[in-house]
Amino acid sequence: MADMTTKLPVGGASTPIIEPGHTYGSVTNKITSIVLSGRTPRLWYVGIGIGFSLVMLLLVALTNLLFTGTGIWGLNVPVGWGFAIINFVWWVGIGHAGTLISAILLLLKQDWRTSINRFAEAMTLFAVACAGIFPLIHVGRPWLAYWLFPYPNTMGVWPQFRSPLVWDVFAVSTYATVSALFWYVGLIPDFATLRDRSKTRGKRMIYGILAMGWRGSAIHWYRYETAYLLLAGLAAPLVISVHTVVSFDFAVSLVPGWHATVFPPYFVAGAIYSGFAMVVTLAVPLRALYKLEDFITAQHLDNMAKIILATGMIVVYGYFMEAFMGWYSGSQYESYMILNRMTGPYAPQYWLLLFCNAVVPQLLWSGKIRRNALVLFLISLVVNVGMWLERYVIVVTSLHRDYLPSSWGMYSGTIWDWSLYFGSIGLFISLLFLFVRFLPMISIFEMRTLLPTSGKPGK
Amino acid sequence: MAQIFHPSTNTISRFSIFGALFAVAGLLWLVLFMNRSYYSTQVNVPREQPVPFSHKHHVSGLGIDCRHCHTSVEESAFAGIPPTKTCMNCHSQIWADAPMLEPVRESYRSNESLEWTRVHDLPDFVYFNHSIHVKKGVGCETCHGRVDQMPLMWKENTLQMEWCWSCHEQPETHLRPRDEVFAMGWKPAESQAELGPKLAAEYNVRSALDCSVCHR
Repeated sequence: MADMTTKLPVGGASTPIIEPGHTYGSVTNKITSIVLSGRTPRLWYVGIGIGFSLVMLLLVALTNLLFTGTGIWGLNVPVGWGFAIINFVWWVGIGHAGTLISAILLLLKQDWRTSINRFAEAMTLFAVACAGIFPLIHVGRPWLAYWLFPYPNTMGVWPQFRSPLVWDVFAVSTYATVSALFWYVGLIPDFATLRDRSKTRGKRMIYGILAMGWRGSAIHWYRYETAYLLLAGLAAPLVISVHTVVSFDFAVSLVPGWHATVFPPYFVAGAIYSGFAMVVTLAVPLRALYKLEDFITAQHLDNMAKIILATGMIVVYGYFMEAFMGWYSGSQYESYMILNRMTGPYAPQYWLLLFCNAVVPQLLWSGKIRRNALVLFLISLVVNVGMWLERYVIVVTSLHRDYLPSSWGMYSGTIWDWSLYFGSIGLFISLLFLFVRFLPMISIFEMRTLLPTSGKPGK
Repeated sequence: MAQIFHPSTNTISRFSIFGALFAVAGLLWLVLFMNRSYYSTQVNVPREQPVPFSHKHHVSGLGIDCRHCHTSVEESAFAGIPPTKTCMNCHSQIWADAPMLEPVRESYRSNESLEWTRVHDLPDFVYFNHSIHVKKGVGCETCHGRVDQMPLMWKENTLQMEWCWSCHEQPETHLRPRDEVFAMGWKPAESQAELGPKLAAEYNVRSALDCSVCHR
């Protein structure tokens, strides 16, 4: 990682991270007009239409689940964890890119993050919201989910603090809180810009309330910078800790294929990998739709592709270590587990996952491909699929062959499992389209600091 | 440009941020308080019954033993609700024409059970067993209170899990000799701190805190 970060260009070394010719006014106009001009591209309606239809599917599936119960899922002994856990890990992982971009790249003074941090943070929030649905419904009786929190209840018992599932509750809720705060604090100066540029009283009121009385005075900026740095410092360890705790859900158990010390770093790398893939998946269409090539340049695509490649290689190391430990441990259960993955009933999923996560990203060694938006977009889709398959293989193959052959079984998702999964994608898409319509998707004031006329960048 | 908000908005917003904190904390406190209130636990609330049966009259007035009616309390999970015949053993002779007892006679004639209002009702996922508690020296009074002073039945304790737990953690604080289980108003001759551990050792009582003790 250290080597990689030093090679990333700072302030436009090879290709500019903001195209030449822009002024303070043109940057502000370009970004605020997306929100305020009212000229919404037709494709926006298509996009939110698709997203909203899938949200309806999600609501139908959730309603059926609440009325009928978890029996509508494919879960059964011995596979007691299925789509809910797979989707949860997948979404939380995707959420990691936002915090990495906003906190760690900020602390490392990577100025190129400025064009992508706002919508990456929004993406984080929406991904965490989608992730949050799944453990909630997986508990079976979601109306009692507050039992997960320690509060002085009439039962006289506390949650089992030795269980990683309880650590998860704290990790994910902390993460959601800090991400939301970070995102909101970063938005305050831009809310003020939108307030000042709004034409109607209603818009002024709404953006004005959200701007919390921001006037852009020196003391405001001083406090803002302090708060933002403090929040970045708080959020940076979360990038590592949250997915580590998620990996503990597996690693703390005694199931072959889960009980492995490589899990925390392997999961964290996988999270950043899938998160950056999702940022690319969103950035490429958005920059085409809103003609933002000036702000999200080929240099951004290149940098993100490099991070995808680097973290992807760490993930591949994880796959390699799983196979290695199957042999090196000398445990018949461990070696059976990995052989079963490679040759058992779920072998197609395993090899497809390796194709998606280990083979396809190798294309990113080529600089031409890294800077080709369309190809990069397609690769990012493959990575998204690959990371979902990775969780599928981890969860299902380890459980479906229990220690005793009498408790072996097979698992596959039902139509309701798939409905919930695609429904959550719909929720994600809908929230994202609402976000780009009503909030500035690129940080206006931070982009202004990148202009050559602004002197030395503030951070 | 004209101001959008009046200057007082500053005060209002500051107040609302701090106010929200107190409002949320207060709401949480209220919920937890309500959970334990007599209103929601029905503790100390006498319940209407089809016939106003008085434990006070039958137990302290007439000296009838608990087991005369609750016959299965020593052998079974359920203490037992007496059949109408048990009432009629006496009430075919005493107060045989009392209007108050007409539902009892009607039940006897029609062979339809009286539908008492259940006062002590545990959730169905709790497998409470009376017989083991009686055998280990837990008095009726310990959980049900001074039934001999209740004209109409009420709950003396919440039956919430934290209440079960308080005794399951330290059973010796609530044990009495087996002979005294059905007594009302029993007081240990020596201090409970001395007697409790002795009885616990004699009856082999341990703290029973596994989930599966009560939930299967």
